[in-house]
Amino acid sequence: MEGVRVAGVGLTHFGQTPDRTGRELFAEAAEAALADAGVDREAVAELHYGNFMGALGERQGHQAPLMAEAAGLSCPATRYELACASAGAAVRGAVRAIAAGQADVVVAGGMERMTNRAIEETTEALAIAADELFEVRAGVTFPGAYALMARSYFEEFGGEREDLAHVAVKNHENAVPNEYAQYRKAITVEQALSAPIIAEPLGLYDSCPVTDGASALVVVSEAYAEANELDASVAIVGSGQGGDALALQSRGDPARTPATDAAAMEAFADAGVGRGDVAAVEVHDCFTIAEVCALEGLGFYDYGEAVGAARRGETTADGDLPVNLSGGLKAKGHPVGATGGSQVVEMTRLLRGDHPNADAVDGTVGLTHNAGGTVASAVVHLLEVVE
Amino acid sequence: MTDAGDSEIRDRGYDDWLDALETGDGYLLRCPNNHASLPPRLVCPDCGSDDLTEEALPASGEIVTYTVVHLGTREFNDQTPYVTAIAAVGDVRITGLVREVDAESVDVGASVEPTVDKNPQTSDRVVVFRPSNMIPE
Repeated sequence: MEGVRVAGVGLTHFGQTPDRTGRELFAEAAEAALADAGVDREAVAELHYGNFMGALGERQGHQAPLMAEAAGLSCPATRYELACASAGAAVRGAVRAIAAGQADVVVAGGMERMTNRAIEETTEALAIAADELFEVRAGVTFPGAYALMARSYFEEFGGEREDLAHVAVKNHENAVPNEYAQYRKAITVEQALSAPIIAEPLGLYDSCPVTDGASALVVVSEAYAEANELDASVAIVGSGQGGDALALQSRGDPARTPATDAAAMEAFADAGVGRGDVAAVEVHDCFTIAEVCALEGLGFYDYGEAVGAARRGETTADGDLPVNLSGGLKAKGHPVGATGGSQVVEMTRLLRGDHPNADAVDGTVGLTHNAGGTVASAVVHLLEVVE
Repeated sequence: MTDAGDSEIRDRGYDDWLDALETGDGYLLRCPNNHASLPPRLVCPDCGSDDLTEEALPASGEIVTYTVVHLGTREFNDQTPYVTAIAAVGDVRITGLVREVDAESVDVGASVEPTVDKNPQTSDRVVVFRPSNMIPE
């Protein structure tokens, strides 16, 4: 794919701000992205907006036009709902609109407000990304679903809780310098292993936090960037999306995520680059086991090999393939409907050089991977510095 | 629903399947291409065939994976810790609660029988696995 540029990016701080409305959060991210892009808001032709649980969390449906209004955008707006992959899908929608020549300037991103409700209510809201009849009624929570996957993985390929603890330690370490991250504190393997168990074999430190936050990008056509002399050095060169059965029970192997494989295959073919060209990766580590499954589905590791990658130092900031230099969902935070956008924001900053961990990136190509539910949905983007 | 009240709307297909499982007459759906699935279905999820026939579900299956949930939703918070598992039963996999056995005794490969019980907090019916032989084969 050619001709799609990231002109500007914006984030709110990720954390617990229960009194901030969704519209305030998204407006802040969009305002930051427009300022970063140097684009007039009148030029924005479309808003592609991701959100998952706003109908429960804020009792607010029909959010897209509300968010356009909040951001001062007078344009058609559409909400994407794909559970935790909502904003990844929104970015993909924006990218496809630009690539198809249907628009020159599009804002994409997402928002989630999660800490304004009791934790049990938020747990319930997250659980509905699973199959209501066959999973939720059988007590499957969001951590419980990934625990089912982790147990399957250990049974089929081996690995242990300590391997997963190294994923958490790595991502916390990466979050320390990130000004947007929820948890800017390093942890130890011992702390991770001794944390309370949520759903065996996963503990508290295997799990991402509950987070309020928003993300936004201004995506433009190359022609628009040139005509308006925008500083838009990063291109989105590949986009892919994969799908799978919603319930784990309907899939062949709970330890594998074929939707990620499919999304990656499409994105790499679209971009015309190979896995060896990728210098940094942001993957969907809602739980530590999810980072493992993602790296295998993306093709960076054979099945059964990624569980020890962090422990071996291969995916740390100074490893061969730095993974989640932002801190990932695990430490940067996971405002569900905003995450897919924030991954592209962070990768853009890493490639442009204005991210505090940018020095760890040795190359010009980065990959983002955003997953919904237990990866019934996956969206992959490839970004490249082109100027 | 079962006896939650006359005003309760059933989930057609799903509740019919639970009715059958509850009386020991559980079934799966089979298409001419030999794919197996669970209702409610209009077409086979694998090939799209609309020629689905009911076939008896084996009385027992094996646990494929399980978890012990310590942090539940409001519909389960009085029951933690509880065990949720996926079991392979014939050619389908089913998700359910494991009851009548200590969490420590549950293991992958254990033999279980799918049946139907209630969530005491909601009165929703739910698939429950009871041990037929909890020692892995």
